[in-house]
Amino acid sequence: MTAVRRGAIASISCAAALLCFPGRAHAMHIADGILPPAWAGFWFLVAAPFLVLGMRELRIRSDREPRFKALVGLVGAAVFVLSCMPIPVPTAGSCSHPCGTGLAAILIGPGITVVVASTALLLQALFLAHGGLTTLGANLVSMGVVGAYLGSGVFLAARKVRIPWLLAAFLAGLVSDWGTYATTSFELSAALARDGSMGSLFLPILAAFAPTQVPLGIFEGFLAAGAYRLIRMRRPELMDLPREEGAA
Amino acid sequence: MRTAIAVAVLAVLAVAIFLVAGDRNARWEGVDKTVVEKYATAAGRPPGKPWIDTDRGDILLFLFLLAGAAGGFAGGYFFRELFPRKGREKNGSGND
Repeated sequence: MTAVRRGAIASISCAAALLCFPGRAHAMHIADGILPPAWAGFWFLVAAPFLVLGMRELRIRSDREPRFKALVGLVGAAVFVLSCMPIPVPTAGSCSHPCGTGLAAILIGPGITVVVASTALLLQALFLAHGGLTTLGANLVSMGVVGAYLGSGVFLAARKVRIPWLLAAFLAGLVSDWGTYATTSFELSAALARDGSMGSLFLPILAAFAPTQVPLGIFEGFLAAGAYRLIRMRRPELMDLPREEGAA
Repeated sequence: MRTAIAVAVLAVLAVAIFLVAGDRNARWEGVDKTVVEKYATAAGRPPGKPWIDTDRGDILLFLFLLAGAAGGFAGGYFFRELFPRKGREKNGSGND
């Protein structure tokens, strides 16, 4: 089978999945207009250093190992498709989407995951009415920075205490998803609390996300474990691609 | 692998249809509406129109199809590069 034919099969599969859920589809992404300019600017400042570090790490690792670019491309496509695919959650009667950044972080590292997430979020904000340009920094912090570093941290910590790698990957996906939505709750409550009491909004928003996001986080955990298992079984050497010293 | 992908897509489609058809009371709105928009509007900061408003008619549907196709094609291309068929890999005709 040619590369083009394989790509076409994958394209049709993903397009068919996306077509099940037409219409406006943003979920965790914060839309334009919700955050006051000061908060929008603040989250850009928070995200910027992580993005710069990620781009530097991407350049170094790509120079060392040419196959790494293909892995980043595969993971990037997965993050893009996953983070704009709303999934119906029967426990809540509503829809939300996975993020894919926990899985990405354990495969390509959290720094490069931030770069991948920024690309996906920018394309979604520009063309899919999904998120926003002024809120790109806030969305990148929740999905890219927190999702990636939390997922990677949980995976490394779990492996350090000798938890089996399959369970560690599951936990990375699960905690990354929940952490992303907890951060979105924090961003919203910090920006929207009128009386200055952030706590008065944080817990209600977090609780409102829970019925949809608790089962979806578990789904994302299985997704991360399955994808990690596939790569570990078929191309274990990809797990040992050289990493920059000090990178997670 | 092709069979696994086909089964996975069909399973997702079947579950989606079952869920949507099974619960007529559920509205299946995204949490952007049920959570983010609800609290933002209550705080006096409702979401504005996107800078490039593609949510007009079937344009958004078309763009989602395009995004799925582009993401799927890229994923399939790099997957093939990372996981070449065993025969091709042995013959040295794989990409790596």
